[in-house]
Amino acid sequence: MSLSGLFLCTFLITHMAGNMQLLINDGGLAFNQYAYDMTHSPIIKTVSYLLYFSILLHAVQGLVLAYANRGARKSRYASGNKSSSFASRNMGILGSILLLFIVVHMKSFWFEMHWGTIGNDANGMRDLYSVVVAAFSQWWYVLFYIVSLAALAFHLLHGVQSAFQTVGVNHSKYTPIIKAVGSIFAIAVPALFAIQPLYILFKTLQ
Amino acid sequence: MTMQLDSKIPAGPLADKWTKYKSTIPLVAPNNKPRIEVLVIGTGLAGAAAAATMAEAGYKVKAFCFQDSPRRAHSIAAQGGINAAKNYQNDGDSVYRLFYDTIKGGDYRSREANVHRLAEVSTSIIDQCVAQGVPFARDYGGLLTNRSFGGVQVRRTFYARGQTGQQLLLGAYSALSRQVGKGAVEMFNRHEMLDVVKIDGVARGIIARNLITGELERHFGHAVVLATGGYGNVFYLSTNAMGSNVTAAWKAHKKGAFFGNPCYTQIHPTCIPVSGDHQSKLTLMSESLRNDGRVWVPKKIEDRLKDPLTLSEDERDYYLERRYPAFGNLVPRDVASRAAKVACDEGRSVNKTGLAVYLDFKDAIARDGKDAIEARYGNLFEMYQRITDENPYERPMRIFPAVHYTMGGLWVDYDLGTSVPGLYAAGEANFSDHGANRLGASALMQGLADGYFVLPYTIGKYLSTQIRQPAISTDHPAFAKAEKEVEDRLNRLANSSGTKTVDEFHKRLGKIMWDNCGMSRNAEGLTQAIADIQDLQKEFWANVRVPGGTKEFNPELEKAGRVADFLELGELMCRDALNRNESCGGHFREEYRTPEGEALRNDEDYTYVAAWEYAGENQEPILNKEPLEFENVELKTRSYK
Amino acid sequence: MKLNLKIWRQKGPKSEGKIVDYTVDHVDEDMSFLEMLDVLNQDLIVKGEDPVAFDHDCREGICGMCSMVINGRPHGPWERTTTCQLHMRAFKDGETVFIEPFRANAFPVLKDLAVDRSSFDRIIQAGGYISVNTGNAVDANSIPIDKETADTAFDAATCIGCGACVAACKNASAMLFTSAKVAHLNMLPQGEPERAKRTVQMVAQMDKEGFGACTNTGACEAECPKGISITNIARMNREYFKATITGSK
Repeated sequence: MSLSGLFLCTFLITHMAGNMQLLINDGGLAFNQYAYDMTHSPIIKTVSYLLYFSILLHAVQGLVLAYANRGARKSRYASGNKSSSFASRNMGILGSILLLFIVVHMKSFWFEMHWGTIGNDANGMRDLYSVVVAAFSQWWYVLFYIVSLAALAFHLLHGVQSAFQTVGVNHSKYTPIIKAVGSIFAIAVPALFAIQPLYILFKTLQ
Repeated sequence: MTMQLDSKIPAGPLADKWTKYKSTIPLVAPNNKPRIEVLVIGTGLAGAAAAATMAEAGYKVKAFCFQDSPRRAHSIAAQGGINAAKNYQNDGDSVYRLFYDTIKGGDYRSREANVHRLAEVSTSIIDQCVAQGVPFARDYGGLLTNRSFGGVQVRRTFYARGQTGQQLLLGAYSALSRQVGKGAVEMFNRHEMLDVVKIDGVARGIIARNLITGELERHFGHAVVLATGGYGNVFYLSTNAMGSNVTAAWKAHKKGAFFGNPCYTQIHPTCIPVSGDHQSKLTLMSESLRNDGRVWVPKKIEDRLKDPLTLSEDERDYYLERRYPAFGNLVPRDVASRAAKVACDEGRSVNKTGLAVYLDFKDAIARDGKDAIEARYGNLFEMYQRITDENPYERPMRIFPAVHYTMGGLWVDYDLGTSVPGLYAAGEANFSDHGANRLGASALMQGLADGYFVLPYTIGKYLSTQIRQPAISTDHPAFAKAEKEVEDRLNRLANSSGTKTVDEFHKRLGKIMWDNCGMSRNAEGLTQAIADIQDLQKEFWANVRVPGGTKEFNPELEKAGRVADFLELGELMCRDALNRNESCGGHFREEYRTPEGEALRNDEDYTYVAAWEYAGENQEPILNKEPLEFENVELKTRSYK
Repeated sequence: MKLNLKIWRQKGPKSEGKIVDYTVDHVDEDMSFLEMLDVLNQDLIVKGEDPVAFDHDCREGICGMCSMVINGRPHGPWERTTTCQLHMRAFKDGETVFIEPFRANAFPVLKDLAVDRSSFDRIIQAGGYISVNTGNAVDANSIPIDKETADTAFDAATCIGCGACVAACKNASAMLFTSAKVAHLNMLPQGEPERAKRTVQMVAQMDKEGFGACTNTGACEAECPKGISITNIARMNREYFKATITGSK
């Protein structure tokens, strides 16, 4: 759980950074070039299989864990217990939202990029940029993204520091730093991701 | 009718007795041990240590406790520390000095040979506990550190913050758990022993009640060890746990085990005062607090309820420092308790109930700083604040004496054997080592000494005679008869259709005991108390109400059985106190005191152990005497001035 | 002060339980929570009803026998306090108070508020000890232990084994309890020889008992009456990884 989770965090950073090219005002040329590179580099391809595997592993492990843990207490309390954070108590639900998001997200872009009918841009690259813009011009699609990114934020808020605890990194000197950096990461990454659809939506609305 | 008791003290010079005895007693060969079964009742320090050690030796052990886990025995609540003659502080301590302090502290009413043995093995206890992982306090060099305790002028008390009992018990519990894990000890949690089974005059087993199902069980043992603690709860309010009881010891007494010195009760000077009628127990504040706290009351009666912070030094009476300059606030417990009673009887108590004195840390905090005091006593201060809602860092604590420990218990010989062959008693359950008053930090020492280092040896002497004795079937008529008696008694309690709750009777018994057999006693009060308790016994059986049945989880039924036994014990305690026409240690008879109000012993007539023999229902118990012989220590008037 | 109590009543391990309403009058704010229940039980007995069964013993916060979940929190609203040390000044006149047993499959209810926690004993039996027979010990001062290590081990060793960590955890996990014992013993030089074996065996027993897995919610630490830190859990995780990677089995 923890190791796959931490690996997925590194992926989030690269994915987020790459997607920032959506904000470049060149009609999507840089972004399309980036999308091409991502689908043709053998190294990236290898890493991406590891990534798919990690996502599946993380999801399956998470669901099994949530199911087993729920089964460890068959009779429920009549009065609620609030001595832990919202995120930590709802990792399973948050993760399920993210899983749903990933399916939709991959259908919209990854599937289209690989097998969809997409036109070419000025450089002759497959014009994924237009697909992205078309998707993000619909407010409900953007809303779905924002909700999912909020779920990601909460998921990370607990997940990052929890992963360190699970692998046994807890030290009076370093844990406060890990927790602070983890929280910044949990908020910054989804926030930066969120800028992209919002930017496109507002641009098309203008 | 009375008989001379044989204490079986080995011959020879005091310092050699134990060593020589250990090396010459008969042994049980390793191949015979697994066929010999020993039942250990109680899993506090003495019981858990004995069960673990005997299992390590190879005996087949069954251990029983009424709590839901052996780790919860009340030894866990001991706070201050454990004594040992290690002399790590290089302040002149030695085995002899620990022996001498204990004999003197016990007001010359304990056996020299037992106490010397205790002092000898004390050092091994510390080694054993450290090896088990008990985290005793250490200094910055990584070595063990010590504190001082009442009645002693050296620093020999090892401690683990204010939770020494907890850490020692967890050590013994871990040793026991290891043997349970190996299958060498069979553990019975939530089981209460309700009778000893005797066959041909020898203890051969017990009847125990499974407290979850209510079923009665028969268990055979070649020997039975009672490590069932003290009986302070006869006073209703005490520092004992709610479940602490005399039942196992009392059943043994009724089956022929003599009860030694039942009236010797320790009233601990520093407990949190009673706050109201709802009170179910009293909370101890460790004696270690008297290392730094100063005990006082106002000089003038009219100042007693004034804000203590407004009273100047001149207006305060640090009465322990005034009366006992040599030991000051660290006088033994009996002395400190009586002094508090005197101050309150003079009308100078510091709360509305008239039962409290101050224990003040103002000077210690000014001297060492709040942090140092917090490091030493933080958990105790926290506990005090939780209970009283007052901050002891800012205001002096209010304290009052409360029943804490019983020096009396089943009479045992040097082997820790009771007067019933095959029946042994260890720890607080026996009467042996503390005389008429126990020094602080000596209960843990005695419990572990008995459990780890004494009983597993001495019981071998008896068990070596049992190697040809096959296990007896629990279908034996003696088992059936004992079970039937237990069942009848339980049914009688459960079917009682009275109107008063068990607690009500317990409270009334407690009040009679506290008023007449508590910190000070007199012949008139004791005589009256015996009559009152007899009346209360009759009323109890006629008018108690116990809800629920016998074959179920029924805490009220458990309590009823225990209170019924306390009612009988209380009477015996009063008889013993009435018989002992002297004041010694925790037993203070108002008729016998010096002009200054100190205890006045009568060595000529009372240098003996009173070992009471059960004579049957409604019969007066028989007093047997074991004379105490002092060959090494000269009997002196105890002085801490 | 008057309180409305909603108490879980369950006749036996196999019976169905339910919340039953009670009222107690004349509650004094100096009473402990258990003394308040004593008052209720005395009333019930006099009225001919079955008193509420609950576990308790030392009533000074150290034996770990008292349990119960009060208004959703094991041992009630005060931090670092057991139920027996919780005093009624924590509640307001007329307040409604839920009282339930510790709930976990590994802690089956025996009756009302009393549960069976022998699973904890079995975890200790699996390895929560240092194998030293009586009489085998060397002199206590022959192995110095630096004060910081001794103090940290002590902090872990103060666990009273009450099970509040399990009761508080949404997964009913026993990691805090198990890790406290592992940390206490593994940190000390005396515990070194059995370090790996102890960790692996105790964790295996913990899993066997049916406790849930740890998801680091921290509820255990927040509700622990002795303030045992989840640092111990991280330590146990480390020890466990090390033991499983380097272990022979």
